Amino acid sequence: MTDKISFTLDGNTVTADGDESIWQVAKRQGITIPHLCYKDDDNYRADGNCRACMVEVEGERVLAASCIRKPTEGMVVNTANDRAKTARNMVIEMLVADQPPRKDSHDPASPFWQWAESIGVLDSRLPARIQPKSDGSHPAIAVNMDACIQCGLCVRACREVQVNDVIGLAGRGADAHIVFDLGDDMGKSTCVGCGECVQACPTGALMPKTVLDDRQALAITPDRHVDSLCPYCGVGCQLTYSIKDDKIVSVNGRNGPANKGRLCVKGRYGFDYVNSDQRLTTPMIRRDDAPKADSLPFDPSNPMTHFRPATWDEALDKAANGFARIRDHDGPNALAGFGSAKGSNEEAYLVQKMVRAGFKTNNVDHCTRLCHASSVTALIENIGSGAVTASFSEARNAEVIIIIGANPAVNHPVAATFIKNAAQRGARLYILDPRGQSLDRYAEASLNFRPGSDVALLNGMINVIISEGLYDAAYVENHTEGFEDLKTRTKAATPEAMSPICGITAEVIRNTARDYAKAAASLIFWGMGVSQHTHGTDNARCLIALALLTGNVGKPGSGLHPLRGQNNVQGASDAGLIPMFFPDYKAVGGDDIAAKYENLWGVELDRAAGLTVVEITNEAYDGNIKGIYVMGENPAMSDPDQHHARAALAKLEHLVVQDIFMTETAAFADVILPASAFPEKDGTFTNTDRRVQLGRKAINPPGDAKQDWWIIQELANRIGLNWTYTHPRDIFNEMRITMTSLTGITWERLMKEGAVTYPCKDKVSEGQDIIFGDGFPTPSGRGKMTPADILPPAEVPDAEFPTVLSTGRLLEHWHTGSMTRRSVALDALEPEPEVHISPDDLRDMQAKPGQMMTVTTRRGAIDLAARVDPALPKGMIFIPFCFTEAPANMLTNPALDPYGKIPELKFSAARVEVSLEVMGGR
Amino acid sequence: MVDPDAIDAIGVILSDILAGSPPKRDMLIEYLHCIQDSVGHLSQDHLTALAHIMRLPMAEVWEVATFYDHFDCIKDGDAAPSPVTIRVCDGLSCQLAGAEQLLTALDGLNNTGVRVKRAPCIGACDKAPAAALGQQLIPYASKSVIEDVLKNDVPKPESTKAILFDDYINDGGYKTLKTLVSGGISSDSVIEKLGESALRGLGGAGFPTSRKWSIVRSYDGPRMMAVNGDEGEPGTFKDRYYMSRDPHRMLEGMLIGAFVVEASDVYLYMRDEYPEIIALLKQEIAKVEKAGLAEHTRIHLRRGAGAYICGEESAMIESIEGKRGLPRHRPPYVAEQGLFGRPTLVNNLETLFWIRDVLEKGGAWFDGQGQHGHPGFRSYSVSGRVAKPQVIVAPAGSTAFELIALCGGMADGHDFKGYLPGGASGGILPSSKADIPLDFGGALADEGCFVGSHAVVILSHRDNIRDAALNLLTFFAHESCGQCTPCRNGTEKAVMVLGNPSPDQSYDRVLLTDISMAMTESSICGLGQAASNPLLSVMKHFPEDMDAPLPSLTKDH
Repeated sequence: MTDKISFTLDGNTVTADGDESIWQVAKRQGITIPHLCYKDDDNYRADGNCRACMVEVEGERVLAASCIRKPTEGMVVNTANDRAKTARNMVIEMLVADQPPRKDSHDPASPFWQWAESIGVLDSRLPARIQPKSDGSHPAIAVNMDACIQCGLCVRACREVQVNDVIGLAGRGADAHIVFDLGDDMGKSTCVGCGECVQACPTGALMPKTVLDDRQALAITPDRHVDSLCPYCGVGCQLTYSIKDDKIVSVNGRNGPANKGRLCVKGRYGFDYVNSDQRLTTPMIRRDDAPKADSLPFDPSNPMTHFRPATWDEALDKAANGFARIRDHDGPNALAGFGSAKGSNEEAYLVQKMVRAGFKTNNVDHCTRLCHASSVTALIENIGSGAVTASFSEARNAEVIIIIGANPAVNHPVAATFIKNAAQRGARLYILDPRGQSLDRYAEASLNFRPGSDVALLNGMINVIISEGLYDAAYVENHTEGFEDLKTRTKAATPEAMSPICGITAEVIRNTARDYAKAAASLIFWGMGVSQHTHGTDNARCLIALALLTGNVGKPGSGLHPLRGQNNVQGASDAGLIPMFFPDYKAVGGDDIAAKYENLWGVELDRAAGLTVVEITNEAYDGNIKGIYVMGENPAMSDPDQHHARAALAKLEHLVVQDIFMTETAAFADVILPASAFPEKDGTFTNTDRRVQLGRKAINPPGDAKQDWWIIQELANRIGLNWTYTHPRDIFNEMRITMTSLTGITWERLMKEGAVTYPCKDKVSEGQDIIFGDGFPTPSGRGKMTPADILPPAEVPDAEFPTVLSTGRLLEHWHTGSMTRRSVALDALEPEPEVHISPDDLRDMQAKPGQMMTVTTRRGAIDLAARVDPALPKGMIFIPFCFTEAPANMLTNPALDPYGKIPELKFSAARVEVSLEVMGGR
Repeated sequence: MVDPDAIDAIGVILSDILAGSPPKRDMLIEYLHCIQDSVGHLSQDHLTALAHIMRLPMAEVWEVATFYDHFDCIKDGDAAPSPVTIRVCDGLSCQLAGAEQLLTALDGLNNTGVRVKRAPCIGACDKAPAAALGQQLIPYASKSVIEDVLKNDVPKPESTKAILFDDYINDGGYKTLKTLVSGGISSDSVIEKLGESALRGLGGAGFPTSRKWSIVRSYDGPRMMAVNGDEGEPGTFKDRYYMSRDPHRMLEGMLIGAFVVEASDVYLYMRDEYPEIIALLKQEIAKVEKAGLAEHTRIHLRRGAGAYICGEESAMIESIEGKRGLPRHRPPYVAEQGLFGRPTLVNNLETLFWIRDVLEKGGAWFDGQGQHGHPGFRSYSVSGRVAKPQVIVAPAGSTAFELIALCGGMADGHDFKGYLPGGASGGILPSSKADIPLDFGGALADEGCFVGSHAVVILSHRDNIRDAALNLLTFFAHESCGQCTPCRNGTEKAVMVLGNPSPDQSYDRVLLTDISMAMTESSICGLGQAASNPLLSVMKHFPEDMDAPLPSLTKDH
């Protein structure tokens, strides 16, 4: 902040702080100055190129662009005299000459036309340019450069805001034109479809295809807008739905604390799944002539091959009676429930409450088990809390950022933009991952270590930090425990000793460790590459030890941030949707807390921890669990070793699935309950930053589909409970009675502010972004450093299965694909299952991209096309698990991490070969 | 997706320039030159590989490559250009000497595997019409001269002999630099001595040199220096003249400047159209470095790539940083934030050329050579309809009449009608105003004109001034960087309007004036602010020329 200055603006003396532009001061004073290339948004720097905002600075030879010019003491500025207005009007007239006429334009309500109208310049005396052709190559974005004014907002959007690096302004003079990559069509470029450019474009040159007709003219004008959230990942972007006739027609980013107006391709263009004709619109009951063993394959467009429609009463009665019968006959532990990290906090709370109070078992879990269970285990064990210690936006204050086992540009795209912003500002980025990724371009170094050798690499770093005395001795002394043990156990793990194991040179290990330790503030991000291993908990323990050793917790720009996957995996876990904890991670065995809930809920509760996801599946397979309630999960696709998982589902006596689509899991159901999609309901969701945000209902559910909270309540009341909630607000208020994490966060406050981070002292204070600056919620108040031993993956490659198979997601597809494969644009961008193979391996197999390959593991085989992927090392393949045509989890290893009970989805031994029926193709 | 073979190919092409080091962002244009020189064009495969190696967005590489005229960017599936390119200068002086007819005569060559292109002024206005084989100058070009050149594959060598290192030293060269470096005189006294002379920036802006040096010195280091050798103002060829004769005089001035402002690095930015000067400087700089005369700084010789705008100092700085030549907004000025964000001294070649003489002979020596109250002397590039186009060193404030006389009078059969006092952007005056002293400011400024780089183009009764203005506007439209609306759009529209009069041969003069005003008032840099000067001049001084029918000149480069 610079000193205040005062100057004269249109005859009045005004003050400004030195960072403000003339335009900003004028706006504050209520003076309107046209602007096109300037976007009134902190994400965008002023560029001053369109010259629509010219003002007169007395004493200067020429006019000044008010968007970029800063006032100085004593300056006399005239914004509205003839000289300034004439120049501005002529600039607009020059641009109008090269536009399609307003009545035929792509967006007659664009900022450009609004400004032109406001100054009364809707026609031009000037001859028009030769217009460029329309580019319709992208599935979601219409490119009509006949409306382009070369203002470069899309370039700044792409290169400086989201840093996706695709758009440029090529050529020069009147030939200056927007390009994608090397002048390619947008659809053929490396565009990731974030749509930031569309949101920034002031003319309609870039538009969502959904609102244009075939002539590229605006066809749909929304009749209302609803502020809500993105339903996909844990970043928690705020957005606004534009709606016409109760149908979402487009989405814009909203200035939320997490996303600052940014979205990714899924959030912006992946909304149309709600309109899919495969939505479940009526309750269904399994036909007597449809044996469960033959559930798959299944055509989700035609469910009546296996099911018949039912009334809500019939379906709910059948669903509830099945659970009551098993509970009373086989005992509570023959039942289990899966909630969903896609549901709201209120829904998660209700699922665990129904299972605990109604089923009378703690066998309740959700997909966190397949995601960050090991991270949470290590965090709770060592620092007493499973959540992040700092929001991802702290990247802006970091000097060093480590990303390990994560590919945020694909899986947390908007968070990745802030990490790239940090790197552009000068933060040094280290990426530790066997696979390469797009963020590598911004990295100080990328350490592509051998798959599964995480602990060796991290122990090597710990060894350097201790042996070279780079740790924060005072912090270790005052805030931690376990130092001596860690020192002893990592003494032999010198970089020289670790290098042959992890494949990274000793020098690079040393440099990375030194930079991390010496920087003023260092931040660690991690993802499934760390957690989805049989040594996932050990991996996370090492990361925690690194942060504690160097005092990189609790101060700006530092911390531990496991990037959470689902939009509400943090909230679902907080709400107790895990078998060993009540809400807020209170162990179910604790007498005090159990008594508290018994009192609140009016029932007796089981004190024994329940089973986790994969354990439940195993028990079902063995016939010990007979009834499962599944709300919004898809274990038939997401669980490892799918033959086994699907067989387990088929063996169940009673399976109730509550979902919006006929998922692969629903195919095995006895009763299907049609639920509501994200934009069809109200609820709170907690993002990866511990930020509780409000999702608002935008449209109505289709047909006879119902709100999830209502369905759960109807079920609960049919198995002996007596609930009387009338709205998610009632549920949230009940949660606030026991959950201290919700102190200071009320429904009313969320209605007003949209987002509040916990912990939050009271109803007026801001929530805390950064926590644990003054100790940890552990019994000793200290953070613990737990050493980890180097263990091999559960299934090591051998002669028969020589290749390492890793699984994960694609940018365009969410999780098992049930939503995104039903989004027209997203499925058009990534329509087919492919196995990603390194160029060297593909060459060795004498195979070509697109050729059908067979991938086999000890658990199964799938056929899918080859994609060449230079980011992969030789000897490693990658398969996304979203494609039901070639489900990756047919192949994965169900071996579990002993602490977090997470399966090793990131490492299986596989064999990949050219398919025998080569000619067939798909 | 990046092709491993293309990565290998680029690795080989860049192996000399990289010499084992990782690529540097600011060297992008130099790398593009290497590929263009080696392959003859820039293919998408090669650019993808270059972007990959440099860890740059492909779009960023494409933006830069497509900004500069001398790079041929070829998309997949498009034909590569012929390896032999003849550039025909269509600057005003060359047009007056028959460039258009030459282009027509050369039309047939395009079928023989030779590419014939128009080029903006290549700085050989005294040898008009000029052409180039690649960038090698072909003076006094005609169809037969060009056919000879193509046969022999070598252009006629320049006959000028430059004073090389040993001769320069023997003549007392570098003594002043050595005295300065060894502490014999102080930097302050150098600035003081320069301040005693009226030496001003001779690139066109005329900023007092000593003041510029002391302003740069007032900002905290580390500081930089950049030398503007991007002589591109149509009609200007004085820098080429001095560099081909006495390069060390400029180098000594440059090294003195670098010492005085304590520049860690000096970037010498030469226009690509002067390959013989670049080769000469490369050779002579090596001698200077070997002799230990440049130990107080690092000299980087950089090559432009065909963009007039890079003569604008902030655009030049962008180009040195390996980017498109987009002029920057002021403030901040480059003296405070220039190259790589550092305080930067930017001087024109000729300004530095006179530093040694001013320091050795004194301010009075320099100032005493002026006239009409204008101190010092100037190097006027005089071309067009004079008998002997040439660089004239004459007192500051010389008039067009005097310069014509010094050039042997008007060319045969030509009567003096009007003149450009300062290149393409300085306006056009009628012969009735040929007694105005040509210097910075003064009476010339009162006419709405300026002297700029002192490029004086003489026009005769056989020349239609509207056509001359159209040539200049077309040049500006071609050379506009495209960054700001009034210049990008205004230059293009002005050409469209001026080139397409209504059927009764009339123009909407209000519209032309409105375009001009928006350009002058609202453009970011001097190019757009001055580009409409020729247009205003024609309307003001030569209204009758507006009514003449338009010749069939088209100016697509």
